[in-house]
Amino acid sequence: MTDQAPDGQYDAWLDAIADGEGHYAECANGHGWLPPRRVCPTCGSRELAEKPLPDAGEVVTHTTITVPTPQFEDDAPYVTAIADFGPVSITGIVRGVDPEAVEIGTMVGIEVGERVTTGDRLVVFSPR
Amino acid sequence: MSDPRVAGAGVTKFGKHPERTGRDLFAEAGLEALDDSGVDPDDVDSLYYGNFMGELAEHQGHQGPLMAEAIGLDAPATRFEAACASAGAAVRGAVQALRNGEADVIVVGGAERMTNIGTAAATDALAIAADDLYEVRAGMTFPGAYALMARSYFDQYGGSHEDLAHIAVKNHEHALVNDHAQIQKEITVEDALEAPTIASPLGLYDSCPITDGAAAAVLTSESYAEAHDLDAPIAVTGTGQGGDNLALHDRPHLAQTPAADKAAAEAYADAGVGADDVDVAEVHDCFTIAEVLAIESLGLYERGEGIAAATNGETDRHGEMPVNLSGGLKAKGHPVGATGVAQLATITWLLDGSHPRADAVTDGTVGVAHNAGGTVASTTVHVLEVAE
Ligand SMILES: [Zn+2]
Repeated sequence: MTDQAPDGQYDAWLDAIADGEGHYAECANGHGWLPPRRVCPTCGSRELAEKPLPDAGEVVTHTTITVPTPQFEDDAPYVTAIADFGPVSITGIVRGVDPEAVEIGTMVGIEVGERVTTGDRLVVFSPR
Repeated sequence: MSDPRVAGAGVTKFGKHPERTGRDLFAEAGLEALDDSGVDPDDVDSLYYGNFMGELAEHQGHQGPLMAEAIGLDAPATRFEAACASAGAAVRGAVQALRNGEADVIVVGGAERMTNIGTAAATDALAIAADDLYEVRAGMTFPGAYALMARSYFDQYGGSHEDLAHIAVKNHEHALVNDHAQIQKEITVEDALEAPTIASPLGLYDSCPITDGAAAAVLTSESYAEAHDLDAPIAVTGTGQGGDNLALHDRPHLAQTPAADKAAAEAYADAGVGADDVDVAEVHDCFTIAEVLAIESLGLYERGEGIAAATNGETDRHGEMPVNLSGGLKAKGHPVGATGVAQLATITWLLDGSHPRADAVTDGTVGVAHNAGGTVASTTVHVLEVAE
């Protein structure tokens, strides 16, 4: 695991997901973003509220990566996907299913796992 | 407003030069550009220089003054960083400074040294053009990001890996006569489809190689070119730049590149031309799908129709709308920080008739260069025209 200071609200966000209390930042006009954010890039609103992340997201695109960065050497091949959780979309690694079985439209839950190569924490999607 | 002229250009052979330093690569391209321009180096007002991964690949920051020194300039020098669009951003900065009268002569260029660190470290270095917290830590690689866009494109508009293979075949064929190109080897659709997968659905032949190289050009004001009787018939008549959310997952469309739409619209309006006027394009095909997204953003094709352009033979050197006659990033190679200026050089040479593929655009007068950074969170588009 990398020995460095935590990345503020990002690590706090992972902690929250691990506790089953995942959240996102929503502006006054309903635009959703991942923390940290001080302003909504879409409308400029600075009224950002913490909202609970929906239980499940839908895979909108995915890829099986066979040529990884060194930090994922022992993880490959693995599936990286973008899942739509309503007001926000999130990038994560899909586990618990054959890579061939991941499809656009697959429903996934979100949790925190560990990178095989380095032990660092990462966002993991599991089919629901 | 007067339009800056391209007075000279120089490009190294793109390829694997692991033992050559960035400063040596840039010196070759920069001196060639200066010699070609006929401009007295003492007249150069500034160097605008593109580079992306110098800290990681060479442990070298602050490359601007280093590169000015390497080509014998006593002039202020600034590095531009916009991932793979670094050199395009440098060109844009130079065009703006020449137009507003701040300068009469600017050397624009870029260099990247990549193969010395090996594939894994280069993959890592390229990945940091994405959002480190939310994308890189979820295993995203540069090919992986384009794979996510490719799958989304197929889902939204149709098309297949075989269509992408036709783009690779075309660009390899174009590069056969380009001695600057890294890969001068013909391939077949079958070769491309059977190549190892890097990030599904993209395989080895959907991806540009890892490349060392440099490119430079001497841009001057119109008045300087006239006063010094320079042989500089090609003008940069339009410049545009667009931006987008850094992370793919924050964008409303995964199969469109709005940053390039904005850059193209701005550049066309600036030049007073439309997509219909374009005779030839060099676009940022770091992956085959990227060429599709680019030609749609440039308005050369409707959404969903760019995918079949190569399959239908429309974008090859015999087609109506030749794209990437240099071989593109796919076959010419992609030394990241040099790419935007190499595109500018290519369009200049295609329009002035000195490029080995210029016969594909014999009567061409308008060319565009599209240079994209990361997953197209930065894009520059430049319009070049025959002025004389
Ligand atoms: Zn908002």
